[in-house]
Amino acid sequence: MTPTPDLTINGSATINGAPLFAPLTLTLATGEWTCLLGGSGVGKTTILRLIAGLETGAVFDGKITASDGDSVQGRVAYMAQDDLLLPWATVAQNVCLGARLRGQKPDLARRDRLIKRMRLEDHMGKKPAELSGGQRQRVALARTLMEDRPIVLLDEPFSALDARTRADMQDLAAEALHDRTVLLVTHDPAEAARLGQSIVVMTQMGVTPCQPPRAPAPRKVDDLETLETQGALLRLLRAEAA
Amino acid sequence: MKLLSALAATLFALAIWQGIVSLTGLPKFILPGPALVAETWWQNRWLIAEHTWVTAVEVIIGLACGTALGVVTALQLANSRAARVLVQPTLVFTQALPVFALAPLLTLWLGYGLWSKVAMAVLIIYFPITSSFFDGLMRTPPGYLDLARTMQASPRAVLWHIRIPAALPSLASGLRLAAVYAPIGAVIGEWVGSSQGLGYLMLLANGRAKTDLMFAAMLTLGVFSILLHLIVRRATTRMAGEAR
Repeated sequence: MTPTPDLTINGSATINGAPLFAPLTLTLATGEWTCLLGGSGVGKTTILRLIAGLETGAVFDGKITASDGDSVQGRVAYMAQDDLLLPWATVAQNVCLGARLRGQKPDLARRDRLIKRMRLEDHMGKKPAELSGGQRQRVALARTLMEDRPIVLLDEPFSALDARTRADMQDLAAEALHDRTVLLVTHDPAEAARLGQSIVVMTQMGVTPCQPPRAPAPRKVDDLETLETQGALLRLLRAEAA
Repeated sequence: MKLLSALAATLFALAIWQGIVSLTGLPKFILPGPALVAETWWQNRWLIAEHTWVTAVEVIIGLACGTALGVVTALQLANSRAARVLVQPTLVFTQALPVFALAPLLTLWLGYGLWSKVAMAVLIIYFPITSSFFDGLMRTPPGYLDLARTMQASPRAVLWHIRIPAALPSLASGLRLAAVYAPIGAVIGEWVGSSQGLGYLMLLANGRAKTDLMFAAMLTLGVFSILLHLIVRRATTRMAGEAR
């Protein structure tokens, strides 16, 4: 893994001439989890996709820069709400997808380590359809880690999971990605309060930085300050919506 | 249970058939009854078998060639915008031409033998195969493509590892359609000009007012088509099921 740079996105976006988000500046600090919290349709996923270099359907006027001056492309790993596991491939094959797509030989020892770390060693030969939602998301996380990129983009990866599995996945992801520059896009104030080392609320007007709780992430679900932050974030979201 | 219901449906159809024959009292050269057709079938079993074999060979070669051509065309279309612009309209236009109209031409070009029938079968299945596989290739779930992009996959790798496997269920449904159409193509070819095959036998029997033999040949063709469809269905379950 190459050293992780700071990442700054600066600009505005329009869809068919209508503004999607006003000019904004968002900085992802090195080795930190930045949680971008917002309601539907404010463009938070667009920001993530712009960084990932994916189609957005919006016109972006601005730039995305890394503090080391290198291109961001090729240094990001991406994980979405849909686990995007290939249904015809086994767990082991899905984890190695990146190497296969680049025509490289996958590092099998590393794959096995990651699969073990995600507690999937009993499922290596299974197809995704045989797994539960939480297991599938763990495979997706293993695939993301297999890519070994300094910047990790998470687009509401846990929002389709039940409450318990979601909390487990948050812990697992926070631990596995603690040294990466992570952008987590979410609409869940509780998730942002648990995981964010930096929390930003996004609305049509722009982005508002919020004070994260002092405890190190991932915070306990019943940590008082985390719960207070969660409440404050929700208040902010509702005020913006009104 | 499935077998039982198929048997019941067959018996029911035979009863209706016999009922019509008995009620109308039509002469047997107009509408032969099931018993007579069965008897004729048994008496002519070797003759029918010989002609069935000819048709079966035409259909199977036609299926293989048509599938190969369709798959290659779909891949080219999916890979190149130019191919889509240049070829797709023609493809749709050829589908609008009645194959019946082409059959005499094919016989003129390829002769009375096997290849004009194979060509008919190919023509009739080429479009369903091409269009179903092509649709599948163009409808890759966009999330997979996003993921592949962040992994710096080449278009070739994406095609091979993602788009083709994701399109296999569509190809499977095209193949199943093709299995039903291919015998129709071969028989049309035989009608237009041949000296062998079930289509030829049907025409011959009809011309000589041997309506019972015509029925026997026709039912054999029906059974052959159903068997072919079942075999292809069976052969494509993995393809259709696993990629969903």
